[in-house]
Amino acid sequence: MDIVNLSALEIKKKIINKELSATEVVKAYLNRIEEVEKDINAFISIDKEGALKAAERVDEKIKNGEELGSLAGIPIGLKDNIVTKGLKTTCGSKMLENFNPPYDGTVVERIKDQDGIIIGKTNMDEFAMGSSNERSYFGPTKNPVNNSLVPGGSSGGSAAAVKANEVALSLGTDTGGSTRQPAAYCDLVGIKPSYGLVSRYGVVSLAGSLDTVGVFGRDVSDASLMLSAIMGYDEKDSTSYENPIDLAFEKELEPTDYIKGMKIGIPKEIYLDEMDKRLIEQFDKAIKVFESLGASVEEISLSHLEYGLSTYHVISTAEISSTLARFDGLRYGYRAKEYSNLDELYINSRTEAFGDEVKRRILMGTYYLSQGLGREYYEKALKMRTLIIDDFNKAFKDFDVILTPTSPILPFKLGKLKGEPLTKDLTSIFTAPVNLAGLCAMSIPCGYVDGLPVGLQIIGGRFKEINIIKAGLGFEGGMKNGI
Amino acid sequence: MAYKTLIGLEIHVELATKTKMFCGCANSFGGEANTHCCPVCLGLPGSLPVINKTALEYAIKAGIAFNCKINTETKMDRKNYYYADLPKGYQISQDDIPLCEGGYVEIELEDGAKKINLQRIHIEEDTGKLTHTLDGDTLIDYNRAGVPLIEIVTKPDMNTPEEARLFLEKLRSTLKYIEVSDCKMEEGSLRCDININVIDTETGAKTNITEIKNLNSFKGAVKAMEFEEKRHIQLLKEGKNTVKETRRWDEVKNETITMREKGGTDDYRYAVDGDFAPIEISQAWIEEIKDKLPELPHDKKERFIKEYNLSEYDAGVLTASKELASFYEETVKYIDDAKLVSNWVMGDVLRRLKDEEMEIEDSKLTPKALGQLISLVKSGKINNNTGKKVLREVFETGKDPEVIVKEKGLIQISDESQILEIVERVLSENQQSIIDYKNGKDRALGFLVGQVMKASKGKANPQLVNKMILDLISKM
Repeated sequence: MDIVNLSALEIKKKIINKELSATEVVKAYLNRIEEVEKDINAFISIDKEGALKAAERVDEKIKNGEELGSLAGIPIGLKDNIVTKGLKTTCGSKMLENFNPPYDGTVVERIKDQDGIIIGKTNMDEFAMGSSNERSYFGPTKNPVNNSLVPGGSSGGSAAAVKANEVALSLGTDTGGSTRQPAAYCDLVGIKPSYGLVSRYGVVSLAGSLDTVGVFGRDVSDASLMLSAIMGYDEKDSTSYENPIDLAFEKELEPTDYIKGMKIGIPKEIYLDEMDKRLIEQFDKAIKVFESLGASVEEISLSHLEYGLSTYHVISTAEISSTLARFDGLRYGYRAKEYSNLDELYINSRTEAFGDEVKRRILMGTYYLSQGLGREYYEKALKMRTLIIDDFNKAFKDFDVILTPTSPILPFKLGKLKGEPLTKDLTSIFTAPVNLAGLCAMSIPCGYVDGLPVGLQIIGGRFKEINIIKAGLGFEGGMKNGI
Repeated sequence: MAYKTLIGLEIHVELATKTKMFCGCANSFGGEANTHCCPVCLGLPGSLPVINKTALEYAIKAGIAFNCKINTETKMDRKNYYYADLPKGYQISQDDIPLCEGGYVEIELEDGAKKINLQRIHIEEDTGKLTHTLDGDTLIDYNRAGVPLIEIVTKPDMNTPEEARLFLEKLRSTLKYIEVSDCKMEEGSLRCDININVIDTETGAKTNITEIKNLNSFKGAVKAMEFEEKRHIQLLKEGKNTVKETRRWDEVKNETITMREKGGTDDYRYAVDGDFAPIEISQAWIEEIKDKLPELPHDKKERFIKEYNLSEYDAGVLTASKELASFYEETVKYIDDAKLVSNWVMGDVLRRLKDEEMEIEDSKLTPKALGQLISLVKSGKINNNTGKKVLREVFETGKDPEVIVKEKGLIQISDESQILEIVERVLSENQQSIIDYKNGKDRALGFLVGQVMKASKGKANPQLVNKMILDLISKM
């Protein structure tokens, strides 16, 4: 039995049944990291000591017959923009290269409460801005599917770590697709929960009205297990949702039982010129799978979808320009060595410590908020956001889930899109509108074309995670059965 | 030539909540630097603000007290600018939808009441505090960062510095009445910026608006406005205009000094703060707050007129501050003579407070002590003049009036046999005064009484002395 090939649910089961100890599991994973990490670069920090200690505590609990949490003994990776007390949290940036947070984020507390084992902090595009993980100050992460490919981003490290069996589960963040797109590129399941379902307290913000914590797993059940452990109301987050929801992911039904009678909408606006033809073929095959499992599939219209990306661009950069103002070199983080006054301290620290993509977005966002400059774009974008929300709300009156490809382009080679930030932005065209509307969505593996993994996006209404998980479980089963 | 001055004010008031606006840190003045701080008010990466419901309630209270419309659907925005006292690089504030809109404050002028209209009251967070050391370093204390503030913005409805002063007094007294702030200008819990310009009503020419900052007292504010008013008028007379700028009041030089010129309007690049859900305020909550609101100055004044049978003027003075009003009411509980208490408070007590430049709540005089003192006078145990002297002593020492009277032997002598000897001596030593009196010089009687009082060290009952002298003279 190769421990690192087990699913998270299997690990938990074996630990509870005393077939494996948590320490054995963690050691197996640490060995695996030793073997492959130099080729993948999925981590910024690895907390070997902390992980082994946490495993010992779990084993102690088992020995004492204490009740175990839902993540008992499962090795987990955290994207490095989720703050961990005493474990440096860099956001993939020189700015926070040595930042040791004095507190744990709510999701970190919940993982610890549920006896999960935090293995380390994963690599990411600087401040979660990017879609290839090439924007990390700590070097790019490679795609375990094929080392010459990017893993997607910005949660590329979290995706790669799960795909390379360096952890069983991981957390990413998703502001415009940063969990779903790397899940698609690394052939994994990635869930972006509804806005408000998972606390953002302790998650370094990019754009507060769009940010969510995403989860990665090798299959739908694993990803759902991760989500169920961290979701739920948190008084420290004003946007947190107060009502509990049920995921019901552990019931083992036949694929058709999940899908039969499900109403699925396919937005006609997704068939873009920029789309890779191979992707469309694969997407159409996926639709057939749902139909053969008993779903009714209909074409729908989301008439403002085409403005989704630009609306996202304006709102997210506007918020970024404000949110990142706190990194000024005064209280924590990088401070320039040379300056002769306060303004120079700000300017030199920020110039020296932020990468190009971060600067590009701060500049754009500042422009969009400035009177007499781009302000009208910001105001229009806020209005457009409402129209996009209305489109989705209307659609979800009649449909359970909406399907789109996760990304309009297939995983690309490392360095290939260097200097083409706009093409990289394009990868969010189907994912970003979901963030604008605060909905939930999953990217689920949908086969390969020419050796490149394809991701299918299943979108559900706000707090209707149960629908995307059912659709995911059914589709996953259908694919396994070779439908 | 005729000129019209336009004054508008922006007032920042710190709300006296237990905790800060968006976190659980203590909201208290002072304290060791950077000890009332947490990840939220320091703006550490990953932290999120959660609105303090009590701060919201206090702001709504103020809105109701100032007759504002409360917006039931509002939101928080970010005001972006860089400064070392601002931990996040933006201040959480409100832009286009303030919590309270409109409203007014009524001030009493000689020719009647005048409404000073408000534009808005919004909620925001305070910044930290910078200290510049002599070696050229700047130290930052974030204890104040995140303290809840309301910003009250008036329309340019005040036409004289005196109107602005009356407005500020009324505003402060109301805020203290409803117990949302201690409004201590010297501790910065009430801060005021002034916008002022002048119009030549004949030609229509007007000066650019000047903003004045750095005001530490109402007195300073009035002086600054007076200075500016003159400066603007002088420039108009010379056919010139003011520069659009921010000036600060220099207390030492007694003048305003240019701080910075305003090149166009400041652009704070306001943006919706995505860390908050939209704020919804239910009508039921507003009603609940309204019901709990304590008696406001105007209502209290009306009640004083009716309940204590006071004149409009007296009631106005006594209710000007909540503390003075309750001091008055408490005193009446000790000595059931509302008119007499009013005379004492409005007279000697207020004069004393003014001389000492203090508020009633900071003085050593208690309602019980004043009640005791007035009883002593009213019952004739001490005379009026002794009463005034005892009051001064109470102010200084805080001792009980009865104790003071006993210790100093100030009890009035109303026993004729004890006074008779003195009266006889004074009369025998002042024969000329007796003659003068008999010749119709009434003033001579006063002189004689005064001599007796002096000889008795002020303890003799002056009415009695008066009577005894008259009796004796008539027998002569």
